[in-house]
Amino acid sequence: MKIRRGQGGSDGWSAVSCSAMSPSAPATAQPGDAQPLADGWVVVVKSDCPTCSLVAGALQRLQRAPEPLQVVAQDHPIGFLDELGIPTALDHELLLSHRLEVDTVPTLLVRRGGDSVGRAVGWNRAEWRRLTGIEDLGEGLPEQRPGCGALNLQSPHAERLALLDRGGPLARSVEIGDEEDPIEACFRRGWSDGLPVVPPTAERVQRMLGGTRRDPAEVLARVAPDYGVCTVEKAAINAVMAGCLPEYLPIVLTAIEAACSEPFNWHGLAATTYFSGPVVVVNGPVASRIGMNSGVNALGQGNRANSTIGRALQLTLRNVGGVVPGGIDRATLGNPGKLSLCFTENEDWRDDPAAWGSLAAERGVEAGRSAVTLFAGEGPRGIVDQLSRTPESLAWSLAAGLRSVAHPKLVLGFDALLVLSPEHCRVIDQAGWSRARLRGELLERLQLPLAEIERGAGGCAEGVAKDRLPDPAPEKLPKLRPDALLLARAGGGAGLFSAVLGGWVGGSTGSIPVTRAVEELG
Amino acid sequence: MQLLDPTHELRPAARPRARRIAGLEGTTVGLLDISKPRGDVFLDRLQALLEQRGARVERFRKPTFTRNAPPDLRREIAERCHAVVEALAD
Repeated sequence: MKIRRGQGGSDGWSAVSCSAMSPSAPATAQPGDAQPLADGWVVVVKSDCPTCSLVAGALQRLQRAPEPLQVVAQDHPIGFLDELGIPTALDHELLLSHRLEVDTVPTLLVRRGGDSVGRAVGWNRAEWRRLTGIEDLGEGLPEQRPGCGALNLQSPHAERLALLDRGGPLARSVEIGDEEDPIEACFRRGWSDGLPVVPPTAERVQRMLGGTRRDPAEVLARVAPDYGVCTVEKAAINAVMAGCLPEYLPIVLTAIEAACSEPFNWHGLAATTYFSGPVVVVNGPVASRIGMNSGVNALGQGNRANSTIGRALQLTLRNVGGVVPGGIDRATLGNPGKLSLCFTENEDWRDDPAAWGSLAAERGVEAGRSAVTLFAGEGPRGIVDQLSRTPESLAWSLAAGLRSVAHPKLVLGFDALLVLSPEHCRVIDQAGWSRARLRGELLERLQLPLAEIERGAGGCAEGVAKDRLPDPAPEKLPKLRPDALLLARAGGGAGLFSAVLGGWVGGSTGSIPVTRAVEELG
Repeated sequence: MQLLDPTHELRPAARPRARRIAGLEGTTVGLLDISKPRGDVFLDRLQALLEQRGARVERFRKPTFTRNAPPDLRREIAERCHAVVEALAD
């Protein structure tokens, strides 16, 4: 599904304004001076290009030929042409270069009947001679010289031109006063999560959209609770504000889709009084490609991708869904991870990574593909075990940490994400325990005696309501459903600590973790 | 400077409030339990008080407190009741 823009776009050619200039004429463009490009030779140049300067003599030779020559200047003045008296036409706003798909200067084009029928990029003597039919063209020049990058491909021109191509942004433009600080303006409009945001100008958003091939008008989701329409462009606006780079955008888009899927139940999570928010775990090659951190301080601050991807998701959910603390967000205490809680698994495991696999692979994503897993979780709490040298012993410590999720006497209601550090993994790996083996051992240690967890036991009112259990009541109850325990590996190489991230209400009555493959640029 | 709006750009539709009931006598009141612990305790007490005052009470229950009430349930309440009380327990 796509949404339509309310206003018409530019047809490109009609906006092209080329003003003929001579060395003596000032370089003033005439707005609206649309000129169709005549047949003949067209050479596109810019002022600081050594190769353009190199071919100035060749242009002088072309000028003497009967075929019409138009030299299109991407900027002005072009000193090396002015000195030779070669007139240029300024490519005002670079629209002509853009329409002619010029990516390098100099570019020689042969125009016939309104089309480009020949093209030479940079200086290539044989090619220029072949296209022009002038056998002595460039006599004395080297055979070949590469050109320079065309201005129309450089920021901010590239973004402005791409915006023109798609008829301008879909989103409403908000005028900020000249005296207004744009960051403060974003605060005042309620667009922020409490930290400064990058002001989302149309050019920045267009640059962000360069991170995906997806249509800016494509609808990713309707975001609860207001069920606002989240297009790819809307996500890009929020990704700009969060501080993302364009290469993070595919992960942000996938995370938004996962968060707004029915099993994840964003509506309920957004409104809960509980601590939880969306936790994002990234797997696969995209993580290292964009420099995500799975090592030292993996769950903490300091890495741009980790910090801003989770923030972009949260800002999108806030701004497009209408979730504001104290409004629909009723969290009693919340957690700092509601700003951003995003990390990647360490998949480059020294012993045998394939044997353990990744969180995404376990959840059905093809090996080698990148993926995002969304988990409704709290912030991390530490589990210390510096003495266990066998996985059996360590599993008892990990189980004790997992038992504390929500309350040591409550069972089956809450999921958990266990993040295992390298030093704890070493103990597990050296014994050859697989992911499935560890999970089984943990679940076995989390069969809790009813006598310990029923209401009132240990002098504590909280606990399991015995009168709601089948008769006769079981002697033990499992803390977690088998599918309620996610395992991931991350962290720095020193420290016999792991972390548990408690979940929200789990299963079909609450939130089910969602894993989705990331559609990346090839 | 122009910024692009990051929000949903929606304006909430304003709807008039439903007509208030004049009294409880002969009125059907729905009690919606959202499936939170001890919500039933509150609603049991409320039911007794309403019935003492001449109201007829119908009980409803959401499958889970974490999700919206299913549309069928909302329609059923709207068709069968003059008023509804939702128990947001915690």
